[in-house]
Amino acid sequence: MDKSIISNHNCETDSNATVLLMGLRRSGKSSICKVVFHNTQPLDTLYLESTTKPTTENFKSLIDLAVIELPGQLNLFEPALYDYEKIFASIGALVYVIDSQDEYLSALQNLGVIIKYAVSVNPKIRIEVLIHKIDGLSEDFRLDTQRDIMQRVGDDLLDYGLEGVQISFYLTSIFDHSIYEAFSRIVQKLIYELPALENLLDLLMQYSNFDKVFLFDINSKIYVATDSSPVDIQNYEVCAEFIDVSIDLDGLYETNNEDNRKKPTYSENTYDENRNVPEEVDNSQIYRPTKCISRLENGTMLYLHQMIRGLALVAVSRLENDDEITSISVIDHNVAIFKKSLEKMWEQAKLR
Amino acid sequence: MNLPGFTGQLNHKNTGMSSGKKLLLMGRSGSGKSSMRSIIFSNYSAFDTRRLGATIDVEHSNLRFLNNMTLNLWDCGGQDVFMDNFLNKTDDSSNDNGSANNIFRKCEVLIHVFDVESKEVAKDINTFKRVLENLSKFSPNVKIFILIHKIDLVQSNKRQELFQLMYNNLKNIAFNEYGFKISGFATSIWDESLYKAWSSIVCSLIPNVAVYEHHLAKLIQIIDAREIILFEKTTFLVISSMNKSKSNSINNDAPLSNSLIQPVDNLDPKRFEKISNIVKTYKQSVNKIRSNFRNLILHGKNSSIYLDILTSNIYIMVIMENKMGKDDNYEIDNENMLTEDIKIARHLFEKIENKTVN
Repeated sequence: MDKSIISNHNCETDSNATVLLMGLRRSGKSSICKVVFHNTQPLDTLYLESTTKPTTENFKSLIDLAVIELPGQLNLFEPALYDYEKIFASIGALVYVIDSQDEYLSALQNLGVIIKYAVSVNPKIRIEVLIHKIDGLSEDFRLDTQRDIMQRVGDDLLDYGLEGVQISFYLTSIFDHSIYEAFSRIVQKLIYELPALENLLDLLMQYSNFDKVFLFDINSKIYVATDSSPVDIQNYEVCAEFIDVSIDLDGLYETNNEDNRKKPTYSENTYDENRNVPEEVDNSQIYRPTKCISRLENGTMLYLHQMIRGLALVAVSRLENDDEITSISVIDHNVAIFKKSLEKMWEQAKLR
Repeated sequence: MNLPGFTGQLNHKNTGMSSGKKLLLMGRSGSGKSSMRSIIFSNYSAFDTRRLGATIDVEHSNLRFLNNMTLNLWDCGGQDVFMDNFLNKTDDSSNDNGSANNIFRKCEVLIHVFDVESKEVAKDINTFKRVLENLSKFSPNVKIFILIHKIDLVQSNKRQELFQLMYNNLKNIAFNEYGFKISGFATSIWDESLYKAWSSIVCSLIPNVAVYEHHLAKLIQIIDAREIILFEKTTFLVISSMNKSKSNSINNDAPLSNSLIQPVDNLDPKRFEKISNIVKTYKQSVNKIRSNFRNLILHGKNSSIYLDILTSNIYIMVIMENKMGKDDNYEIDNENMLTEDIKIARHLFEKIENKTVN
């Protein structure tokens, strides 16, 4: 009896940050995980084998995120191989993947059943639907498909008597940045401190003359927060590429001493564990945070500054030519203050 | 400055031919010739090259390179019809109307591409022989490069072995039968090996590499950098590079044998190509927000990197060692000093560039 209470309590604490990935077989769940969290090339995911048991990805960033992937071919209500009630009670968001290139009626039926069950177990659950593999559909057909799916899901929910359930829909593909965008939004909903973070970023943007500012997770290119201005997908892509550039260039010229062995392998999942090593030393000011500035012909500046816990602040800014050096100093100062408040926020979050 | 390559270029102009260096790009159909050209000179991504169709006959492209150099790239279609046409026309009718469209005349460089997956290796080699035969007749001073292409289709542990086998075979043929010395590269459009190959090809055409190198050796000592690299602006191919150990040997008037000198810190030997690849991808992505890349300053964990425009055709990349444990003020001064140094160097390198024009 005691034990179950303890385990329940544990579930409760990280309940905010667990994402359950579901969908019919071959809808592309494992590919999504590989591409987003393991930096696999999209084309390589053709050779993935079908998943047979639930797999969990642990992913440390501003929040400790876990992604549980369920095998698609399982019937949910078979004599329980897994404790579905416990799983559903412990998750923060349910992500359901629909293959838009396939006949999706059976997927929608499955989704309806799952939503009904999930809501009955955990009323606070967030339901996100990825209309996946849209790279194969033409531009206007995409919107038709989305409208059709939204309509049908709405009707299904009415039939079940669940009008109040909020469902978000995303059009995604692993061959462009839409999957990162969708995951960014899903992860953002799980961050308790998000409004405060956005507020901070808005302030930073206002005083530093930024056009757009993202707080990125370096490893996965998911942005955990951005300012309140609308996200331009092109800006996002350039910022994500910019992170790659600075990390790759830096990696080519690593110094040949002992801490070299601890060098984080950016492509692997162990990245975040290794990351913590220099981070602790960071406080003694031996390692300065990675910083990168790049100017473009039209006066735009890209600005990257490494933050805590594998995060990086990336900003797009338009500088006036006359006083560049001072304005960069001002930006540096503001970003340093932002970093301090981020550290404080993180301290508080640990106490919570 | 008396430069041997320069006088050659003048002769071209006098004869009324289009000025510049003539590069022949040959190889059988489907071996990836046009894809290469598009990636290096037209900013295609490797993925985009799927859209390219077959090249009909010869596609000429004039490329300006380093201000004073024009590359005339002749991309020759590789279907048997075209190949036979090229090879036979020159054999028979070089006396009458053939002289104008004889593609083997006044070649400076031949780039012959071999498809690593090709089933008819014997036929490929035979074509290569016939090309060499023509070249030995019409332009005996040609430089020959062979590219074993699409190496990404071979298992990674077998690549080196396979390449050596093919390369040695072709080298023997070229040297024993026609007296040509050739250089070979294993390439793929999906990684940085393509940049390495083209960088060496283009470097062999630049007349004043030694001048650049000499000035770089001075510059590196003034700046006290770990390494300096020069890139061509549009293609981002490496023109010249200098690191600490190499600069010492030049200043001591030691014989310049790069292969003998081991760099002090064993850095990634493929770093130049990787940089070309990284920066070029970045340049493309920046185009999405309708702008062009100008410069980049990176203070990383390992080193500080400055990438900036040097002259109208050259980018310079300076890699400074991170001074661990020094206080911040020192570093800030360092950055300003470096930008000043680069500004001064800019005038010098502009002069070198202009000198070769007049």
